[in-house]
Amino acid sequence: MTLLDLPAATGRATPAPDSSRPHDHEYQVTGPGPYWDTEPLRYLDERGAPAEGGLRVDPALLEPERLLAAYRALRLARAFDTEATNLVMQGHLAVYPSCRGQEACQAAAALALRPEDWLLPTYRDTAALAVRGIDPVEALTLLRGSWHCGYDAKKWRTAPQCTPLATQAPHAVGLGLGAKLAGDPVVALCLLGDGATSEGDFHEACNSAAVYQTPTVFLIQNNQYAISVPLHKQTRARALSDKAIGYGMPGVRVDGNDVIAVLQVLGEAFERARSGGGPTLIEAVTYRVRPHTNADDANRYREQAEVEAWLARDPLDRLAAFLRASGHLDDSLDEQIGRDCERYAESMRAQLALEPDVAPAEMFEHVYAVPTRQLAEQRAMVEAGEDA
Amino acid sequence: MTTTTSETRPAAPAAPKTQTVTLAKALNTALADAMAADDRVVVFGEDVAELGGVFRITDGLAARFGSERCFDTPLAEASILGTAIGMAMYGFRPVVEMQFDAFAYPSFEQLVSHLAKMRNRTRGALPMPVVVRIPYGGGIGGVEHHSDSSEAYIAHTPGIQVVTPSTVEDAYWLLRSAVASPDPVVFFEPKRLYWSKAAVTLPVTTGPIGTAAVRRQGRDATLIAYGQSVPVALEAAQHGAELGYDLEVVDLRSLVPFDDATVAASVERTGRAIVVHEASGFAGFGAEVAARVSERCFYRLEAPVLRVTGLDLPYPPPKMEHWYLPSADRILDAVERAMAA
Repeated sequence: MTLLDLPAATGRATPAPDSSRPHDHEYQVTGPGPYWDTEPLRYLDERGAPAEGGLRVDPALLEPERLLAAYRALRLARAFDTEATNLVMQGHLAVYPSCRGQEACQAAAALALRPEDWLLPTYRDTAALAVRGIDPVEALTLLRGSWHCGYDAKKWRTAPQCTPLATQAPHAVGLGLGAKLAGDPVVALCLLGDGATSEGDFHEACNSAAVYQTPTVFLIQNNQYAISVPLHKQTRARALSDKAIGYGMPGVRVDGNDVIAVLQVLGEAFERARSGGGPTLIEAVTYRVRPHTNADDANRYREQAEVEAWLARDPLDRLAAFLRASGHLDDSLDEQIGRDCERYAESMRAQLALEPDVAPAEMFEHVYAVPTRQLAEQRAMVEAGEDA
Repeated sequence: MTTTTSETRPAAPAAPKTQTVTLAKALNTALADAMAADDRVVVFGEDVAELGGVFRITDGLAARFGSERCFDTPLAEASILGTAIGMAMYGFRPVVEMQFDAFAYPSFEQLVSHLAKMRNRTRGALPMPVVVRIPYGGGIGGVEHHSDSSEAYIAHTPGIQVVTPSTVEDAYWLLRSAVASPDPVVFFEPKRLYWSKAAVTLPVTTGPIGTAAVRRQGRDATLIAYGQSVPVALEAAQHGAELGYDLEVVDLRSLVPFDDATVAASVERTGRAIVVHEASGFAGFGAEVAARVSERCFYRLEAPVLRVTGLDLPYPPPKMEHWYLPSADRILDAVERAMAA
């Protein structure tokens, strides 16, 4: 098996582009933006009814258990995010970048993964870690102000949350390449934001993933803002998914507040990746309802009316409406899920209210496999200071 | 901590045969032997497969080990190193080549923010057994961006080991040790010495990463050098002997971890220290060496610790580089100043 699918010895053959890519339209850049405001793929309309001419989805996704699992995941993500937002206000976290409004992407990302798949999250994706099953207190370790990621990154196959934008994208290529060389049907899912698509590492990673044909899925949560900078100052591209054209990989634009649609396009991308079809770039169009972090003031750069318009497209409300209309959800079940979420939040609250153990000596333990002599001396100095 | 003896030491040598080999060939043999010993070792970078690298250090590896173990990459250094980090997360032991010193800079963020920190950020769950090979230094008539010495930028970063050989034997063994290391290693290859030769029996074993070597013993002053400055220091010591100076030469080999013990013991014997490197002197690695020597040997020093380094200029063009590079003459000037003190 030629694991890398590199062209044969001449090195000159180029595989033909995949004509099934959903990119046969032409660019029409006329006048000022926003060029990205074209309709993304969706299954549910903004009120939660099946969209007219909407995305065809795998019937298995529409099984009641799957839909309810997605709904529970959305509620869990919302509960996690709400509680973390409260905790940062109370001073129990150093900082918290909220994912409110983006729960469909958070839940779908975690649900699409198998245990053996790798997840490469950013700082705004803590809810996805929670949905993946990582203990919420462990998942919040970095944001609580510690020096390590808290959870067992190898066991959970989840990289530490990445702060320098897009720099985790090449790691997703390497993980995919590793899986491919090992012959494992494993996918690496890289979460990114719209701002990250301007970074050089995003470009290098997409290009390399396509060249190596790695099982890597890039999921851009286009939440419209990079802190204060709106997307039209970030790119002249009509859609971020169009960037896939230049890399020779499939690019898909999906309604990021429609969890069924996000699950569908992620499922297709994962299947393609697992079966040797290479990487996919997905742009999920969503909205960051809260400020960048608790330290940000969104009133300086956007109107409340814009926020209100997006609140009307809330991903939880849309799925709940669909589930109720199809008879899978009633008040009693909804309240039961609500109570489960409240217990989850209470547990977070109780654990995060405790002061974390801070042992300075631990800072020295994992810098190298074997500490250098110089580090051992500094550790002794710090420990002596502690004892003094 | 999961370090084991087998992880930190390469496999035992076999079938020795003495021959005259270049430093480049020793590096090539080390890579081949490391790949043969461990199929998790993969080699990639720009032009490393069919071409065998612009300096031919990876010559024959793709043919022998196949395109899964040695492959060409897109021209994208951040992606090269980032891909290596991801592969290490998956359990591989990547060895990547940066084509020239100054072309490694796009990978700097991956090196500083991820390669150096991943073990720490995951409390040891995701170690980074990655080797970044960087041909460095001048004296080869290279046009701009082909002669930088970037070791200080990297040695400043906790979590990375930084080594550079000056002999054929160390080229082989330090590279084997780097590939076997559980921690990331930036392996600076002195490109001016690629074609230096020695009669050696490969595989050969020298000292472990973190140890310096005394290349010449002397009583009057210690010349502390590394990489391609070591032969220059030895040349100065030879001329110095004709002038009546008995000079000791210490080859650092490993900038990180730094062998304080060997360096301090030498200066304790001689009472004088002169640090030599090609990189610009200001805030260079020599400043760290000088400070460490002063901290440890102050009451034994007969003269201030001196530095003989590249000038604080962008690396000059081929016709002018001889003014920039530390020469045996400049080292001997420093020796005279130290001896007069």
